[in-house]
Amino acid sequence: MSKPNRRAVIVGVATSDYPNLPDMSEQQVHAQAAERALADAGVEFADLDGYATTGFFPMFAVGMCEYFGIRPHYVDETNWGGASFEVLVEHAATAVEAGVCDIVLVTYGSIQLSAMGRKLGTGGGTGAPAGPAAFDQLWGNTLVGSYALAAQRHMYEFGTTSEQLAEVAVTMRAHAANNPMAQYRDPITVADVLSSRMIADPLHMLDCCVISDGGGACVVTTEERARDLRKPPVYILGGAHAMTHHMGISQMPEVTVTAAAQSGPLAFRRAGLTPADVDTLQVYDSFTITVVLSLEDLGFCEKGEGGAFVQGGRLRFDGELPTNTDGGGLSACHPGMRGMFLIVEAVRQLRGESVNQAPDPKIAVAHGTGGMLSTGATLVLGTEVP
Amino acid sequence: MSPSKPEPKPRPAPIPDAETEPYWQAVNEGRLMVQRCTVCGRSQLYPRWRCLRCRGEVEWVDASGGGTVYSFTVIRQNFSRSFRHLIPYVVALVDLDEGPRLMTNLVGVDPDDVEIGMRVRVKFEHVSDEASVPLFEPA
Repeated sequence: MSKPNRRAVIVGVATSDYPNLPDMSEQQVHAQAAERALADAGVEFADLDGYATTGFFPMFAVGMCEYFGIRPHYVDETNWGGASFEVLVEHAATAVEAGVCDIVLVTYGSIQLSAMGRKLGTGGGTGAPAGPAAFDQLWGNTLVGSYALAAQRHMYEFGTTSEQLAEVAVTMRAHAANNPMAQYRDPITVADVLSSRMIADPLHMLDCCVISDGGGACVVTTEERARDLRKPPVYILGGAHAMTHHMGISQMPEVTVTAAAQSGPLAFRRAGLTPADVDTLQVYDSFTITVVLSLEDLGFCEKGEGGAFVQGGRLRFDGELPTNTDGGGLSACHPGMRGMFLIVEAVRQLRGESVNQAPDPKIAVAHGTGGMLSTGATLVLGTEVP
Repeated sequence: MSPSKPEPKPRPAPIPDAETEPYWQAVNEGRLMVQRCTVCGRSQLYPRWRCLRCRGEVEWVDASGGGTVYSFTVIRQNFSRSFRHLIPYVVALVDLDEGPRLMTNLVGVDPDDVEIGMRVRVKFEHVSDEASVPLFEPA
């Protein structure tokens, strides 16, 4: 048990500008988000004794410390793919509660769209087919194709339909309409999704996330430090992460059961809560199927019932489970590892700052998914300690 | 004038290492192998140091070559020069009769006719002078 006054909280969040940043470097995106999150918290760079980020190159976090001109004694760059930032915040919470450090800045930044164009997902660049990786890299499968394999199997096992998956995309677009920064804001219908180009059966173009530039940041500290800061703290009530496989989906035991089935129940147990307690969900929506699988595995509905669950406006900001209220990766912004955006939006909901504000939420969940449905990480956040 | 498309490239060839070399050697000779546990008899791919179930020692054995489609997708967009000229093509997860699941391409079948549960059989395709890959076709 942590001492009550060292309970971990989030005191600052921000996104960088998004979704098109042709005139910014990757480091500048981190820096812009960091500056805004620190200002949101009322914290200075000089106050930091912890820092966390992750990128695609070894010692990336060390490079960012150098870039920022900080020398923290707690640094973490655990790479859990798109779910990394939920893990980094879980770790930061553990560190501040243990007294290892007092204030941790977590940042993310990407200029994927400007640097690489729209080839993520179907660019064919999957690395050299060497060693174990060769077993999944010789077949022209794409990132979209891996998620399509899961969607196809889910349809076969549970009767999930393309119309049900489309409902997820339609809901996210409705949320994006109210987010002035969102990449796509024009409303779409289920018919629009179904008539969009097929990328990898059964996933259409509008079942796939957008490709963006952008980043975000958050500040983790103790309840005690938060008393002197600008905004009411958001409590990190529980966190957990899990994986099923690395980058080859042939090694995933069942493609319809994700790491969320492990990380979700563990995070809820640590928080002393259940899915029924959750007022808003910010969940990784790399593809529409990702949302359906996550809802089932986190325990918001039974396995196989995710397709029916997303219908009837249940995920809308004024619905039963307001989900991805910034417009999600499907419509607002997906720079490659979107997990940070989930945390930012969850905190904004709990503070009453969302562009699609749910009515007075007390408990929010941010759940990230990374790799080829490979990793999951769940954070349970709250306005107070239940 | 529309810009000319880049020249197609051959399928990528596997790059064996010390642990996967026996598998790819056999594939190049027209044989599909799996790794089998000498203690509990469970089969696995890709190859590992020990059995993933009981940590027993493993050996290479020939597989029957038969399998069942566990899932599939039809790739309709891929900018890779090794694959774009093959579009639309089927990427599948095939459960071998011995147990291990392989990613592969289904060939010799209209993509619209592929179904989960379909019985398939291995065939081999040379991708270079020294390497082949195992593809599957309807049994």
